[in-house]
Order: sequence, then structure tokens, then C-alpha cells
Amino acid sequence: MTVFEPEAEIATLDTEEVGGEVVGRSPWELAGRRFLRNKLAIAAGVLFVLIIAVSLAAPLYAKHVADTDPFVSNLSGTFTQNGKTIQVIQQGGGKLGLGETPVGPTWHAKYFLGADSQGRDVAARVLYGGRASLLIGIGSAVLASLLAVVFALIAGFFGGWTDNLLSRLMDLIWAFPVYLLAISLATVLLTAPNGLKIGFVHVSPGSLWIPLVIIGIVYVPYIFRPIRGQVLSLREREFVESAIAQGASNRRLVFSEILPNVAPTVIVLMPLIIATTILTEAALSYLSIGVQAPQASWGTIVEDGQGLLYTRPWVAIAPGIMIVLTVLALNVLGDGLRDALDPRSKLRTKG
Amino acid sequence: MRARMVFLLVAALGLTAVLAGCGGSSKSSNSTTNSTSAGAAGGTFLSVAKGAPSGSPDPQINYTLQEWQLLIFSHDGLVAFKRVGGTEGTKLVPDLATSIPTPTDGGKTYKFTIRKGIKFSNGKELKPSDVKYTFVRLFKIGQSPNAGSWYNVIEGGDACVKTPATCNLDKGIVVDDANNTVTFHLTRGDPEFLDKIAVPFAFILPTGTPNKEVQIPPPGTGPYKWVEYNPNKEMKLVRNPYFKVWSKDAQPAGNPDVIVQKFGLSGEAQVTQVENGQADWMFDTPPADRLSEMSTKYASQVYVNPLTAVYYFAFNVRVPPFNNLKARQGVNFATDRNALVKIYGGPKLAVPTCQILPPSFPGYQAYCPYTKNPGSGKWTAPDMAKAQQLINASGTKGAVVKVNTDTTDVNKAFGLYFVGLLNKLGYKAQLQALSPDIQYPYCQNSKNKIQFCYSSWYQDYPAASDFLNVLLGCDSFVPNSNASPNIAEFCNKPIQGQMNAALQQGITDPTGANTKWAAVDKAVTDQAPWVSMFNPKYVNFVSKRVKGFQFSPQWYFLIDQASVK
Repeated sequence: MTVFEPEAEIATLDTEEVGGEVVGRSPWELAGRRFLRNKLAIAAGVLFVLIIAVSLAAPLYAKHVADTDPFVSNLSGTFTQNGKTIQVIQQGGGKLGLGETPVGPTWHAKYFLGADSQGRDVAARVLYGGRASLLIGIGSAVLASLLAVVFALIAGFFGGWTDNLLSRLMDLIWAFPVYLLAISLATVLLTAPNGLKIGFVHVSPGSLWIPLVIIGIVYVPYIFRPIRGQVLSLREREFVESAIAQGASNRRLVFSEILPNVAPTVIVLMPLIIATTILTEAALSYLSIGVQAPQASWGTIVEDGQGLLYTRPWVAIAPGIMIVLTVLALNVLGDGLRDALDPRSKLRTKG
Repeated sequence: MRARMVFLLVAALGLTAVLAGCGGSSKSSNSTTNSTSAGAAGGTFLSVAKGAPSGSPDPQINYTLQEWQLLIFSHDGLVAFKRVGGTEGTKLVPDLATSIPTPTDGGKTYKFTIRKGIKFSNGKELKPSDVKYTFVRLFKIGQSPNAGSWYNVIEGGDACVKTPATCNLDKGIVVDDANNTVTFHLTRGDPEFLDKIAVPFAFILPTGTPNKEVQIPPPGTGPYKWVEYNPNKEMKLVRNPYFKVWSKDAQPAGNPDVIVQKFGLSGEAQVTQVENGQADWMFDTPPADRLSEMSTKYASQVYVNPLTAVYYFAFNVRVPPFNNLKARQGVNFATDRNALVKIYGGPKLAVPTCQILPPSFPGYQAYCPYTKNPGSGKWTAPDMAKAQQLINASGTKGAVVKVNTDTTDVNKAFGLYFVGLLNKLGYKAQLQALSPDIQYPYCQNSKNKIQFCYSSWYQDYPAASDFLNVLLGCDSFVPNSNASPNIAEFCNKPIQGQMNAALQQGITDPTGANTKWAAVDKAVTDQAPWVSMFNPKYVNFVSKRVKGFQFSPQWYFLIDQASVK
């Protein structure tokens, strides 16, 4: 039976003997060491990086492997497999010959996962879809985090009416169910026939920036609230008061004393927020108010596959699997980061 | 009827709608027009649909196939389309009138004699005054969609449109209850007047029906009466105890005792219910990925019928780049209509076309200049070389083009196809997919300066002008209006002159007029205001117990003529 000795464990992590002298480690080094001990989190991180890599390789796959343009209809196209010419869209069978069915998975280079109802290569679209989904997921999470941190630092540090104003604004956004708010914004912005014009900024109706910004905005309060609480608490800590006593400027207090202390929280939240934003993007795109055709995202491909569930289920299943794997990897990664970065989780490092 | 009806009414139909009066229906290779006598009377006919008909239940307001298919056996007009399958179903026969009158006074006067002894389902006897009351009500309720375009030809109609509350039509409709006659006076000859009074807007209602929108169709003279209209649940009709057959051609007795249509089932669920015999017919078009299964396992229960309809993309002939004839013709030559047919469901469900009029329609003569090896009148393949040559000559390459369509799967797929094609031809195309609720009005309004817009059109009644004049006539373009069916904004004075001549001739010589309409069809097609894509077919899926299926070009599946016993 192993006996867990917390003090000894902490001592092992926090210090190291170098030439007979005990040397302390920075909190970041400690976090790195803790993270590297978490094999599951590393595996999740590797999986996430792999998903990003294959998504980035989409153009290479489309050009050199599948030999196709996954954004152009290929309804009358054919391809050759094992010496046979195969129609991409095949006429229905039976006595009446009704309906047209896209070719199913060939498990070969061309149409590996089959074609969709426009005759486009599903595998290539899934990879391209990953680029859009990840771009929007990561981009909106970064945007939400940036805005939330800025607002939280201002609100928490200055307090008073500034805090009240920003907090009520965030409460206002929070008061809307997140999907309802996202759907409302997306419906207005994406269906505006001429896109969005604000001053000299013109965003075309199909731009990826629209879902990216919408999703980023709706998640700001979810990051703002914990960060603001932390800033309020840090503002009263001794090291901050000491800096104030030494005449430190507000800028220095915010950027040198407070920000570094809230950074781990943001880092811990980031993978979880990315997972959430990817799911939100998929939901919006599935409802035709996210990524716009002929561009692809995992959500749009699931939507494309919905009408083919009965005959060509892989069109919907393949992007579904990618969404599940990505979100799973991000959640496990997020847990690993939390275990590594949250000082209060030291006792969990062994467990 | 298009989006008006098509996407209100036939939106429910999903992909398609009306029929082409081409000789009945063709199910696989067999005739689908079985004899009514194949079945017996009695039983309950249960149909299923996604939802209730769009709009109001009021028969003078509703403009949906879904409700019209039921109204035809609960109500009657003075004349009717013969209630049989096949091309015979496009013929007008007398219904509440004893005969179809020959117009006098240059086509401006129609005198009808009303049959005696006919009763409404509330027991009241039909009188000529009911006819006048019905038409006055049509204007007074203020929401009848075609009051101002079809029926304002009745003298006094225009005044009624302007001030519905004071409408009386005293000059336009003269009633003689003693002699059982009704005389219509029109402001001008209208070759389609009889067609217009044979549709549900003009079905006769009893005097005293409220002059405001009703929530269930009021009593009629047909073999059934409405007993339930719950848009969240179902519509239900039972036998009208006062009905006696007066004309088998116009209003035959129905077979089922009860006819029910339940709402709230997805297309998938509808197919499954019909397969299992839990429902007798699905109103909506079967989902594409169930067609193969139906075709294989349930072929004997599937009926495929051509429709008098056309699916098309309209160019805006007043906005660059398609204000250039060569550019429009070039896109027409490049369009692979087989690919579009595949999107729709394959060659068994649609036939490529280049022209405006659908096959087997008055005035139709096969014509297709936009194909490889033209001459046969049929489209065979795209001619990319010719297309590129025309587009190069047009000098429009590089122009930005918005391809406008709606967000439904099939229509969006059409749009995506054209985005790819236009990019290939050298344009910078982008998709503009709008909600089906706003897309059609958006395209109609010239303020929006659409460039290339998806639409479709289904016949209201069998007349060439219902396509050519309604969709491409000068008067059909109403600037800055959401009700301007001439999406292409096409107005060609010489061609309009030909149309007017055909309309005039149609009052006295419909056959001769159709020759003129054929020439108009060719002339318009040459001007390429549209890319006509295909003429669709309609898939009906019925349960095993349904006998006596008949498909009318005008009303589609004649539900009451089928038997479930």
C-alpha cells in the first residue's frame, strides 16, 4: 500500500539540489513539471495538435490525395477505382429508379468517406471544415478571453461606478441564454443581404469573422466574472498594497502585479472555452447561421449529411466524430492544465 | 402560382408541386390513373403532413394546394375543372351552372343559369344571390390575394379593391333569382375569366357568411363538409348529408366517409407511417434519401406525375452584368441541366428544359436553343465552348454576381451549383441564401437590384399567359414592389405586343391564340431572361389499401376519388 505524503511530494516538486545547494523553482516551472506527469493530459494535447495539423493539411490532401476541389459541385463527375469508372452521384435503384444517391465511402484515396449531395469529397471537406471550426473556435475563445480580461482588470482594479457599469453590462449579456443570443445575432448579421457595414468596416455576408465575433462576444461574461473576482481579491493583497506604498503606477500594478496572477486562470479556462466555442460554432453552422456555403465547417457538414442519414450516414458521422474528439481532447487538456496551474490543486497531483 | 402558392402552399410540398396535364400520371411505366370504380365507398382516409396549410383557413384567402385539394370536394364554383385524372382534368365543365356560357359583348358579358335544388351543407338552398354575395365578400374581406389582379375585371371590381367596405358590384354582377340567372359584366374581355372562377377563391358560399376571415371553411355545396380545422392538430371533413350528385364530371360523390389530415410529422415519419399502413397518404414530398427505399420496396404504392411547373433562375435584365444579352445566353449555354435535375432527385423526377412553358401546356412547342446540337427542341448537354465565346464577347467577365436563393436544402444546392458555374465562366460569384419567408419578395423588389435569383412557378390554371404574361409581361413588373412577379424585370415591347394579340385572340379563338403563345414562348426564350432549369414531377406515396388513385393536372391527387375500403 502506498502512503501519500503531501509535504514530501511538495518539497520534491518545489526544490532541486544543484551541486549540493537547494535551488527553488518558479511557479511556471512547477506547473510544467506537474503537467508533464499527467500522461492523459499530454495525450489529449497531442491529439488536439494532431487535429490542428491534419486540418491545416486540408489543401494538400485535397490536391495531392483526393484530387478534388471540395467547394465546387461535381454532380456529373466520375472517378476511377480498380479500373472501373464510377459515377459520383448515382441514380436510385428499384423498379422506379427514383432519387439520386452520392457515392458512399470507398476507403481509397478518392472519396475516402464518400461524397455529399453536391458530389463533393466528404473527407476533404471534413479537413477543410476543421480549419474553419478550429479557426472560429480558437479565435472566438481568444477574443472572448481578451475582452473579458481587459474588462475584468478595469472593473476589478478601479471598482466603484466603473465596476458597476461593466458588471451590469456583463450581467445583461449573461441574462440571455447563450445560444438564443448567438442565434439572434447571427440571424441578423448573416442574413443581411449586403453583409455588415459599420463605418468603413464592411464584412461580407459569408465572412468567417461574423460567427467568430458573435461567439466571442456571447462568452465574454463567462470569463469576465471569475477573473473580476480574482482581481478584486488580488487588489487587497499585501504585495499589491506594498507596491502601492512604494508609489507604483496603476499601469505597473495592473500589468506587473495583478495580470501575472490571473494568467493561470485564463490559461486553465482557455481549452474549456475553445471546446465550448467549437460546439457553439457547430450548432450555429448546423442551423445555417454560422459558416456559410460553399465554405465548410464541421457543423455545416453535419447539416449537409442530415438529409443523407438514411443512405449515406458517414457524411454526418465523420464531422461528428471530429467534433467529439476535439472537444474531448480540449476538456482533458483543460483538466490537466488546471491540475498543473492551480496552486490549490497541489494535493491532487498525486491523485 | 409560384412562391405565392409554391412556397406558401407548396412550400409544404417541399420540392415540388403542380402537374402537367400530360396524359395522366405515370407510375414507373404504368398508368397511375386507376378507375374510381376500383374502390368502394366508406372508411376513413387518413393523410399526414408536416403542418397546416399556410395562411388563413378562409377559402377566399387561402392560396395553398394543401387546402385547395380538400376544398374542391366541399365547395363548388359556377364552372369546374373536370374531376378526373389526366389531361381531361384541365377541361372546364359546368358545375353550379347548367352550362358554360359563350361570352357576348366582345367577351365582356357572361350569363350563367344556376342549377336548381342544390343545397349547402347547412341545409340552405343555393340561389343566384349567393353568387353575388360570394364575389362581394371576396372583395370585402380585403385579404383575398388575387382580388385586385384576377377579379377586378368585374365591373366595379377596381372600386371594391380601393374601398372594400362599400363594395357592392351592382353593375358587375346582375342577379335574377326568379329566373335563376347570374350575369357578369366585365370591363374588358378576359380569355381566362372562366378559369379564374373555377378555383376556390370563387367557390360559392351561402349568403350571410361573415364578411371577415373565418377560421374554418364555411358551408359549401360539395359532398363533404368541414367539421374541424385545428392548425396544431388536424383538418377533418365528413359527408354532407344534403349532397346529391348533379354532375359526375364536375362534382362526383366521394368514396371515404371521413377525410382527415393530421399535422406535425416530419417527412421521414410520414414515409414510415405510410409504409406501415398507419396513414394512407403523405402530403409532403418524400425525403430524398427515402426515395430509393420506396422505389425498391414499395414501388406499387408510388405514383410519379409530371407537373405543369418550371424551376428557373431569373437574370435581372436591367442590372449588370446580365443586362447584356450575350452574357445571359452564355450562362444558358453553360448550364448543365442534368446536374440540376440530379440535385432535384434525378431524371425520373424532373425533365430538363430551356423554355418558359412546360410540356403539355397550352401553347407549348418544344424549343431549346441553349444546348449542344440544338434543333430537336430538347436539351442534351451544355455547350461550354459556345458559352465562353458569348461571355468573352459580352465583356462582362470579372463582374461580381450574387446568386440569390433560399436556404432550403435543394434550392441552396441549386445556388451552389451556379456559384461554381459562374466562377468557372469568369465571374466572381457569391451565394446569397435568404430565408424562404423573405427570399421571393426580396427578389421581386427592384430596389434590391438582384442579379440572379432562384424561383419556380406552378400553373394557377391551364393558360399560357399564366406563365408568359404573368412572369414576363411588362405589366407584371412593378418597380419597388414586393409583389412584382416579373423578377427578371423583363419588358420587351414587341414581345408584349405579341402577348396582347394572343390575349385578344384567346377570347374568341383559344386554339389560334395558342399558336401565338408558342411564338411568344420562343421569342422570350431567345431573349434569355431566365435560365429555365427543368419541369418537375410529383411523387405521391400511398398506403397499400388505397385504390383508385387519380392525378389531376389541376388538383393533383384526387383524394375523395380514392377508396380505402
